[in-house]
Amino acid sequence: MRRLEADVVVIGGGATGASVFRDCCLRGMHTILVERGDIASGTTGRNHGLLHSGARYAVTDGHSARECIEENRTLKKIAGHCVEETDGLFISLPEDGLDFQKQFVDGCASAGIETQVLTPEEAIRLEPSVNPDLIGAVRIPDGTIDPFRLTSASILDAREHGGTLLNYTKAVGLIIRLGYVQGVRCCDMRTGEMFEIYSRQVINASGAWCHEVMEYADLSVDMYHSRGALLIMGYRMNSMVINRCRKPGDADILVPGDTVSVIGTTSTHVEKDQLDNLEVTEDEVRVLLAEGSKLAPSMMDTRILRAYCGVRPLVSETNSSGGRSISRGLVAIDHAEKDALNGLITITGGKLMTCRLMAEVATDMAARHLGVTKPCETAKRALPGANLPEAMGRKTREARKTGYSLPGSSIPNSVAGSAVYRHGDRARNFMKEDSNWNNAVVCECEVVTRGEILYAIDKLNARTLSDLRRRTRVGMGPCQGEMCACRVAGLLASSREDGEVVLDSLHDFVDERWKGVRPILWGDALREAEFSYWVQEGLLGLSSLQKDEAKPLLEIQEPESEETQCEQEAKQTAQKDTHHEA
Amino acid sequence: MNLFKDSDRSFDSCLKCTACSSRCPVASVRPDFPGPKQCGPDGERLRLKSPDFLDEALKYCTGCKRCEVACPSDVHISDIIADAKARYGKGNKFKIREFLLSHTDLMGTMTRGTAPIVNAVTKTKTAKVVMHKALGIDQRRQFPPYAHKSFRSWYKAELEDKQVFARNVSYFHGCFVNYNLPELGIDTIKVLNAMNIGVQLLKKEKCCGVPLVANGFHKKAKANARFNTDSIEQAIDSGSECVISTSSSCAFMLREDYPRMLGETEGNPHQQVNYITRFLTQEFKNGNKPELKPVNLRVGYHSPCHLIRSGGVLHTLSLLREIPGLQLHQLESNCCGIAGTYGFKKENYNTSQDIGEPLFHQIEEGEFDYIVTDCETCKMQIEMSTSAEVIHPVSLLARALDV
Ligand SMILES: Cc1cc2nc3c(=O)[nH]c(=O)nc-3n(C[C@H](O)[C@H](O)[C@H](O)COP(=O)(O)OP(=O)(O)OC[C@H]3O[C@@H](n4cnc5c(N)ncnc54)[C@H](O)[C@@H]3O)c2cc1C
Ligand code: SF4
Ligand code: SF4
Repeated sequence: MRRLEADVVVIGGGATGASVFRDCCLRGMHTILVERGDIASGTTGRNHGLLHSGARYAVTDGHSARECIEENRTLKKIAGHCVEETDGLFISLPEDGLDFQKQFVDGCASAGIETQVLTPEEAIRLEPSVNPDLIGAVRIPDGTIDPFRLTSASILDAREHGGTLLNYTKAVGLIIRLGYVQGVRCCDMRTGEMFEIYSRQVINASGAWCHEVMEYADLSVDMYHSRGALLIMGYRMNSMVINRCRKPGDADILVPGDTVSVIGTTSTHVEKDQLDNLEVTEDEVRVLLAEGSKLAPSMMDTRILRAYCGVRPLVSETNSSGGRSISRGLVAIDHAEKDALNGLITITGGKLMTCRLMAEVATDMAARHLGVTKPCETAKRALPGANLPEAMGRKTREARKTGYSLPGSSIPNSVAGSAVYRHGDRARNFMKEDSNWNNAVVCECEVVTRGEILYAIDKLNARTLSDLRRRTRVGMGPCQGEMCACRVAGLLASSREDGEVVLDSLHDFVDERWKGVRPILWGDALREAEFSYWVQEGLLGLSSLQKDEAKPLLEIQEPESEETQCEQEAKQTAQKDTHHEA
Repeated sequence: MNLFKDSDRSFDSCLKCTACSSRCPVASVRPDFPGPKQCGPDGERLRLKSPDFLDEALKYCTGCKRCEVACPSDVHISDIIADAKARYGKGNKFKIREFLLSHTDLMGTMTRGTAPIVNAVTKTKTAKVVMHKALGIDQRRQFPPYAHKSFRSWYKAELEDKQVFARNVSYFHGCFVNYNLPELGIDTIKVLNAMNIGVQLLKKEKCCGVPLVANGFHKKAKANARFNTDSIEQAIDSGSECVISTSSSCAFMLREDYPRMLGETEGNPHQQVNYITRFLTQEFKNGNKPELKPVNLRVGYHSPCHLIRSGGVLHTLSLLREIPGLQLHQLESNCCGIAGTYGFKKENYNTSQDIGEPLFHQIEEGEFDYIVTDCETCKMQIEMSTSAEVIHPVSLLARALDV
């Protein structure tokens, strides 16, 4: 069995695991990250993307509120290309009254969150999409955060500091000897190969699945899995985040994220065995639309692109009076102290936007065990891409709004700007003046170029179409991959030897796009789906392109064969079987 | 300033089918123009993030609206592009040119009484070079000659008191008829009078606004829309059955764009505006058809983009078919390339001529006596770029009354 060694193994490639990975590498620890799927394919890729100011918790949970505002300011500094400083409004509708607003403003003040109370007219001027019936509004420093970019940039930084990323690798067991976790048993999810990584410290950052990893060591944790559904609207309806100024409830936040707006969320309990069953229900869609259109009435006649849901990894703790309370804060468990099991740390709970802080806490624990004294740098050091030179903008608030360009470039603004928007100064790595073909647009809705796709394959560990989507937004626009899926599959195939795998990944991608559209299949989304089906099936015959039939398409001439048809069929079936096992 | 009162969210219905881009005359001759889909619905989603995403290339759009005709989702592509240029654009160095070209009524007024001189001057080599260098108006471009006497003063002097009929319509003559081609106005009155319909002029009228919109003068365009709408209302109130226009572009603006510019989508007077051939075919159908004598000519019909957009080509064709003896050939639909003031700008001259090339070729090959078309700028372009003479359908009809 293959055997690797490291100082630290991180399990889980969500925002938390990626941040731990980065922190460990920056402190000089030799670190390997294992992720069973792709990076950000868990809860991190299925949330609201709100860069909380903390205002949402100002009245109910002062501690979380303070944590949020601090991280909010940190991320704006270190992750410029992953966040947008949109600011947000907390609006009061006639049915809410203005009583809560007073408490709210006080709560924000004691958490150190700046507020500005606005008249309804001022609020409408700032954010024309807001419900005109509002009776009051408060402006707070909410923002938006792109979870894929944040995760990808953290991983890039870690790898540039010596870290190794193993995606599509599942931790299937812990190597435990004499009360010491000495490493992780892994399975390569593509080949089925089992191997071991020996380490001095394992950090379990597997989010909503962290109980599974703990079970490998016969430990348990009382998780509360809270499921939340969201809808992606066809375009960026609002330019500021819109919240309801009342006690947090369903569908009371509308977040502008990149080219879309996202309304969410709901909150229902799910059982452990349902964690991977993430279909959005009709009821959820209804609640989201009904409540969401109270924030921005135009939502009712805006197209919905897709629906999705995620599971919050909340931990319930037994409090002093014996009752249970569910913590919204981060939970860091040093199992050496808690369970007398050395070499294992679990970090979970928290939020997307507190991932850096969570990593700092967990890495501090690991550093103590490993005798590493180098302090945490992640709060000060910019992520790769976030070092935008003055000319690329986004130094001041104004520039941040209007700085998406490659200075001195003749590439059209929509193309160069989109690359800078997503990759910050790293856009220079693939957006070059002289490479005409590389600047060809592959995904027209989100303006992703051939160069960006190749860069993501080459430098950002993308292996499948869905991986590329997470790193570039390819296929995330209104057509949901109708135009670009096949173009990208072509590029992926040309950069790898195994064309067949690409065909599988194309099917997966199309299926995955479908899954999100199914719950909202009416109006323009239905027309789009019909049209995509017609293009992909009717015109291109996608489903008839089976894996084993792809060969003859790629080869110009089939070699003469003596085999009888019968033998050939048997062979084909055998090939299919191996595929299923893998 | 936004052209339309309500912000246009029609891009949200875009299916991403690319039908529009396959029909765009500019995209077919300029590889650096990304086409209607990317400039319109795709680009708008980006521009909502930040004005930074505005592409310079949007300026190449002629506003021909052929993309809108192709679109199965009723996306107002060309409006979105025009609006984006005005909303996010950062001015350009040919401000004076834009002003001169677009303020057609002002230019007309200024040339009153000096028309022969202006016409002579705009033809001289020196004037052309000056216009090219200083103003950015292409020196190869021929200017339409200004008439010696405006249509309006002609009407006041010669025709007004003769318009005593039981039925009346009002005529929005537009800048071109007023300052450059009064003959068309006179022919229109001749035809309608022959059908026992009197023709009144609006109390006052200003440029419909098409060139203003195309050059980014949205505030002025809206003011004109308000002004003309009031005049139209007044005309209807004082007994006109409807308002007719002999310009396919003015008619489209008055009927389709004004309501959206002014935010009056219901109960507005704009529905009373008719392009002339639509009105005439309706009358003919109802039996009000004048005596027509044969016109033994071989003509080619060129359909203007904006008439295609408003669905009016059928009316013009069925009207022309009523003229006995006429040998009518419908030219293959192809934008002529001038697109109003677009082709006058030096940076657009080549694009403009490249777009029109297939049309010019058809015309030269066809050996026609005349080319018939509804649009004044198509007329300018075809006359400049081919050896053909261009005539308006109504003027052709007027000949059938005479011959
Ligand atoms: C609906 C919803 C909305 C939210 N909105 C916001 C918001 O607006 N702002 C905000 O800050 N936070 C928000 N959150 C919270 C935030 O999304 C999560 O707290 C955060 O993403 C958790 O990240 P994580 O890395 O800890 O977990 P995950 O992203 O789930 O990462 C865990 C990873 O571990 C992997 N894994 C699991 N088991 C194994 C194994 N055995 N071997 C290898 N890998 C394994 C999984 O594949 C997964 O990728 C929201 C959450 C939900 C559900
Ligand atoms: S209006 Fe004409 S030139 Fe402009 S995008 Fe549409 S088809 Fe092309
Ligand atoms: S024709 Fe209409 S629906 Fe099709 S891509 Fe163009 S704008 Fe979209």
